[in-house]
Amino acid sequence: MTKGIWVVVEQRDGEIKKVTYELLSEGRKVADQLGEELAAVLLGSGVSDKAASLGEYGADKVYVADNAALANYTTDGYTNVLAALAQKYEPYAILLGCTSNGRDLAAQVAQRLSTGLMSDCIGMELADGQLAFTRPIYAGKALVKACCPDARPVMATIRPNIFAVESAAKTAGVIAEDADPGAIRQVVKEVIKQESTRPELTEANVIVSGGRGMKAPENFSVLEELADVLGAAVGASRAAVDAGWISHSFQVGQTGKTVTPTLYIACGISGAIQHLAGMSSSKCIVAVNKDPEANIFKVADYGIVGDLFEVVPLLKEELKKIMA
Amino acid sequence: MKIVVCLKQTFDTEAKIVINADGQIERKGVSLIMNPYDEFAVEEGLKLKGKDGEVTVVTATGPEGQDALRQALAMGADKAILVDPGRADIDEFTTATILAKAIAGLEYDLIIGGFRAIDDGSAQVAGRVAEILGLPVVNVVTKLEVADGKAVATREIEGGSEVIEVPLPAVITAQKGLNEPRYPSMKGIMQAKKKPMQKTTAAELGLDEAALAPKVKALSFTLPSARAAGRLVPGEAPEAARELARLLREEAKII
Ligand SMILES: Cc1cc2nc3c(=O)[nH]c(=O)nc-3n(C[C@H](O)[C@H](O)[C@H](O)COP(=O)(O)OP(=O)(O)OC[C@H]3O[C@@H](n4cnc5c(N)ncnc54)[C@H](O)[C@@H]3O)c2cc1C
Ligand SMILES: Nc1ncnc2c1ncn2[C@@H]1O[C@H](COP(=O)(O)O)[C@@H](O)[C@H]1O
Repeated sequence: MTKGIWVVVEQRDGEIKKVTYELLSEGRKVADQLGEELAAVLLGSGVSDKAASLGEYGADKVYVADNAALANYTTDGYTNVLAALAQKYEPYAILLGCTSNGRDLAAQVAQRLSTGLMSDCIGMELADGQLAFTRPIYAGKALVKACCPDARPVMATIRPNIFAVESAAKTAGVIAEDADPGAIRQVVKEVIKQESTRPELTEANVIVSGGRGMKAPENFSVLEELADVLGAAVGASRAAVDAGWISHSFQVGQTGKTVTPTLYIACGISGAIQHLAGMSSSKCIVAVNKDPEANIFKVADYGIVGDLFEVVPLLKEELKKIMA
Repeated sequence: MKIVVCLKQTFDTEAKIVINADGQIERKGVSLIMNPYDEFAVEEGLKLKGKDGEVTVVTATGPEGQDALRQALAMGADKAILVDPGRADIDEFTTATILAKAIAGLEYDLIIGGFRAIDDGSAQVAGRVAEILGLPVVNVVTKLEVADGKAVATREIEGGSEVIEVPLPAVITAQKGLNEPRYPSMKGIMQAKKKPMQKTTAAELGLDEAALAPKVKALSFTLPSARAAGRLVPGEAPEAARELARLLREEAKII
């Protein structure tokens, strides 16, 4: 008897994140191959009205735990509910986005269920009849394909921006669950949102990044103007972060964010191995650097050798014209 | 305060990865470092331990992991414990099982780890340890204050952060920004040689084969295909910028 593949919905303030649709779309394919049903699991407060729409991305069913205690994400509250649902229904697999909350929740639930968890996966396939996942190790310098042969559920967190969103006109059956969030030891004192009109780095489709070549914090405005034209996020190398020009939450690389945008524009970044680790799986890389020998040109699809302070504003104007 | 820090030795960030004839990642000849996030964890422990406090560093690895423990002792940690798993096929479940067992025998107010190890990139082990020990966890922490039996931690989330309070004992995982790890001083390095380093094995801790069996199995290791060499867009800045914009639209078709 099939027990289903689950996708845990990533939502914040009732807004469902794109990674959820990516996982449902890809989950739909493996569910069909396995003859399993695909279920979305939605945890939150006041979120029930969002449930049915998940069928549009392939969910056969949506389990909804709508509870005031789940209004904010907390490790304990979400772990208690997801683990209880998994114990009740015994799904074959649980997929989560590799996001702050997805990572946090997956580790706790996997341990409570005494099962395996493959983190930050970039590929999912059937190998000898079971789900196998490909994930980068050593900051993307190698890949491992792994599976969870015996323990159930098979669990994985999957990097955002890897799978395409595909619509599938399904009508999802919605099942209300009243699992108990239990005693929650994490008290959320404050949620601090960075005031920004730009997309978040790990979710962005386009990223414009600056390095030591930016020379001063105020010069980041050159990149911001380009980012605004492209609807892009702004990123940075560690050199720029360590110089105090930009907060560490913008750092891309081995000890920063791993990003997979469609377009990554590196400006005044030399392309150190630790920086490449965070961005070399971007679909298209553009580099602007005044040093023709810079390592970044070895991974860039398109490079311009020149002064970024001259090239970037011109590029902005050209793109504005094209995109108008 | 009594603080336990979980730390892992990892490949140097400059290390070139080679897959050997057995299809495994070659470990020979690779220089090893303390996982950079664990340096933040050690530093935070040292900052918080206070006058009568103690920092114990623990690692689950073969004997080669000693160097990272020595480094932590040289930074100022008081004691070190190395637990040899006694098998090579370990996963995050196995590692957490061993660490939790070792830590359960200690006194602690706080356990700190890195939020992820840069080799396997799992970001699970510390959280699993918390679950086994029945402790609350706050992950990816960039600021930590401890007072009155509580920890107040700032956790990084997409597009911002949140401030979380948990009762002690608790598990905290470190993110860059938490602090600036100190370098071991000459004196620290000398003193480290005399500090206690306990070496034990998972079997000695009472964990049998069944308790240690990994859940995840690696099927194959590969190297990513190199990115195809790109090209330089020629010309002076105005022409190059115009041509690049055109290529992004017409050739790459991404804008
Ligand atoms: C353990 C460890 C972890 C690390 N983690 C990370 C990480 O996560 N992310 C990361 O980025 N780094 C990381 N690093 C640091 C990394 O090794 C490099 O030092 C860093 O990436 C260099 O940043 P950069 O390219 O901005 O600076 P540089 O290497 O100094 O390069 C600056 C570039 O700007 C160019 N330039 C200067 N002026 C101009 C101009 N006017 N126009 C055009 N080009 C110009 C120069 O030609 C040069 O190529 C890590 C290092 C270690 C040891
Ligand atoms: N073998 C180990 N020994 C001690 N601590 C570890 C070990 N593996 C992981 N950790 C701790 O768990 C954190 C997260 O590691 P990981 O889940 O492997 O990404 C690390 O930063 C360490 O603090």
